[in-house]
Amino acid sequence: MRLITKIGEWFDHRLRLAAVIREAAKHPVPRNTLSWWYVFGSAALTVFILQVVTGILLALIYVPSASEAWSSLQSLNQNVALGWFIRAMHGWGSNFMVAIVLIHMAQVFLFGAHKFPRELTWIIGVFLLLMTLGMAFSGQVLRFDQDAYWGLGIGASIASRVPIIGPAVVKLMLGGPIIAGATLSRFFALHVFVIPGLLIAFVSLHLLMVLKLGINEWPMPGRIVKRAAYEAQYHALTKSEGVPFVPYAVWKDMFFAGFVILAIAACALYFGPFGPTGQPDPTIIQTAPRPDYFFLWLYALLSLLPPSLETPFLLIGPALTIVALILLPFLSGEGEKSWKRRPIAVVTVLMIAVTLGTFTRLAQFAPWSPHMNAWSGDPVPDRYVQGTTALERQGALVFQVKQCRNCHSLGNTGGQRGPALDSVAVRLTHDQLIRQVIQGGGNMPAYGNNLSPAETTALVAFLETLHPAAQKPARDAAREMVLSDSKQKAATFQP
Amino acid sequence: MSTPTVVAPSSEATLSRRGFFMKLGILFNGVAGIVLAMPIARFLLSSVTRGHANGYLSWVPLGEVSDFPEGETRLAAFRNPYVMPTDGKTADTACWVRRVQGDQFQVFAINCAHLGCPVRWFPQSGLFMCPCHGGAYYRDGSRASGPPERGLFQYPYKVENGILTIQAGELPTPGAPTAALATEKPSCA
Repeated sequence: MRLITKIGEWFDHRLRLAAVIREAAKHPVPRNTLSWWYVFGSAALTVFILQVVTGILLALIYVPSASEAWSSLQSLNQNVALGWFIRAMHGWGSNFMVAIVLIHMAQVFLFGAHKFPRELTWIIGVFLLLMTLGMAFSGQVLRFDQDAYWGLGIGASIASRVPIIGPAVVKLMLGGPIIAGATLSRFFALHVFVIPGLLIAFVSLHLLMVLKLGINEWPMPGRIVKRAAYEAQYHALTKSEGVPFVPYAVWKDMFFAGFVILAIAACALYFGPFGPTGQPDPTIIQTAPRPDYFFLWLYALLSLLPPSLETPFLLIGPALTIVALILLPFLSGEGEKSWKRRPIAVVTVLMIAVTLGTFTRLAQFAPWSPHMNAWSGDPVPDRYVQGTTALERQGALVFQVKQCRNCHSLGNTGGQRGPALDSVAVRLTHDQLIRQVIQGGGNMPAYGNNLSPAETTALVAFLETLHPAAQKPARDAAREMVLSDSKQKAATFQP
Repeated sequence: MSTPTVVAPSSEATLSRRGFFMKLGILFNGVAGIVLAMPIARFLLSSVTRGHANGYLSWVPLGEVSDFPEGETRLAAFRNPYVMPTDGKTADTACWVRRVQGDQFQVFAINCAHLGCPVRWFPQSGLFMCPCHGGAYYRDGSRASGPPERGLFQYPYKVENGILTIQAGELPTPGAPTAALATEKPSCA
C-alpha cells in the first residue's frame, strides 16, 4: 500500500495533476441540482467514449475501400468473434447518442441553462449537436451498402442546388465526379479523424466551462437572471447550500451512465447490427433506399414539401435553424429560467418534438413511395371481382397490369401514393373517372398515351364497381337527364 | 553627437528589438504557412478543379444499336470513364436507353431528377417510377408527377459504326451544368 502511495507521489511530483483533479471533483454544486434531470450531459459523454472504443475496435477489421468495405463488414458480421456485437454496439450507440444529445439540449433549454453566463457553453453545445449529426451521417456512409450509396446521391443532389458553387461542392463532397472510392475515403477521414478530433476539443471546452461557471442551479420561478447580479448570487448559493460534486452528485451520473451502456448492449444483443444491406453496386437498381433512424424526419419532409418550396427550404432552413440556435442565448440571456414561467419555450420544445416524431413515424411506412411490386404481387381482392361482368374483370386486369396498384391500394394492399380506390365510384362519376385516367392531374400521371380506348373502357367499368354495397355510385344527374331525354326522343321517334 | 545606442540600451529599446524579432518570426511563419497552404488547397480542391470545363466527361460505348429494340426502353450499364483502382463496383453506372426509331435515341440517367434515387421503368404503363419520394416520368423522360421539378437527366449520344455512345462521367445532379447537356430531345408524343 505504501509502495502504491509512493509511486503515486512520484508521478504527481512530476505531473502536478492531483490538485487539479481534486479541485474538479470537489467543486461545489447547488444542493438542488442533485437531480436525475442533470444526468444527460454525462450520459452523452459516456456514449461518446463508448463510440470511440467500439469505433477503434471496428477499425481493426474495417477496410475503407469502395471495393472492399462491404465485404469487410460481412467478415465482421460473420467471421470475427463477436464482430457483429461490436458493430451493433456502435450502431445502437450512435442512435442513443443522437437521442441523448437532443434530450440534453431540450432539458438545458427548459431549465434556462443557456442564459447568462453560460451562453458560450450553449453555443459550443450547438456545434456538438451538429458534429454528432455529422458523425451519424458519415457513419451511415461508412456502412457502404445500397442505402449508403444512394444516401450519398441524395446528399449530392441537395448540395448541387446551392447557387453558383453547388456543382463544385458536390465534387468536393464526393472527391470526384461520381460516388466511388474517393468518396468513401474522405468520409472515413471525416468520421475517424476530423470530426472526432473536433468533438474531443469541443467536449473538453464544454466540460471546462461547466466546471468554471458552475452547473446551472435548479430554476426557481421568480428567480430572475440579471447580468449584474447573477454571478454573485450563484456564488452565494454554492457557498450557503453547495455540496461537493463528488460524491454528492456523481453517483446519479454514474448510475445513469451504466444504465445507458447496458441499454445499448441490450439493444445490440436483441436487434443486432445495422446491415449492411445490398452491395453498393449502382447497376442493381431494385432498391428502395431509406435513411437511418435520425434522418427519417428529413426523408418525410423531402417527400411532403411542395416542389417549389423544397430548394429554398433545404438551403435556407438548416442555416436559419443554426443561426437561431446560436442567437438564442443572446436573445434570451436574462430573465426567467423556470419552464413554469416560460410557456412559449415549453410549447416550442413540444412542437418540435411532435413534428419530428410525426415525420419519423410517417417515414417508417413512407406512404409517398410507390410500391414497386404491388402490381404483380398484390392480387385484386376476391370480393371486388365476384359477380362482375367480363368487361369489368378485364378492367381489373388492366388495373393491375398498368401498375395502377403501385400507387393505389385496394383492400389495404398496394401503394399509398394516391388515394385508396375501394370506394372511388362514390367520389367520381363515369366521365370524371375517364378524365382522371386519361389526363391525370392532382399528382397522377396521364395514362392517355398508354391505354387503348378499349382498355380505358374496361378500366373505368371496373372502377365504377368500386363502392360499398350500401352506397350508390356517384352520378351526373344533369347528364342523365340529357341522356334520358335523347333516349325518350329516340323511343318516340317514328320514322 | 553621441548616439543613444552606444549607451546601455534601455529596457524599452530591448523590448522593441525583441518585439521586432517576434513580429519577424510571426511574419516568417505566415510566409511558411502560405507556402504550405497553397499545395494543400490545390490538393483538397483537385476533384473540383478537374471538374471544370467538363474534364471528367468522355464518350463511352453502351453497346450495338441492334441491342436496343425500336420503341423499347432497356437498362444498360457502363464503366465510368474516370476510375480509381479502389472504386470496385461503384464505378459501374446504369442508365435507361430508349430507342425511339432508327438511330434516334434517348439515354436517361438512372438518377431521379429530384434527389438521385434509381428510377425504374415500367413498360406496361410507360412510366419511370422512383422508389424514394414517388417521382414519376413519362416514357420520353418528361415529368409526370411527384416532387421532381424537371424531367429525367439525359446523356448526349451519338451512333458511330452501329455503336451507341454516350457522353458521361459525372453523377447527374439537379445543379450540375451537365444536367442540361441534352434536354431538348424529341418526345414520344
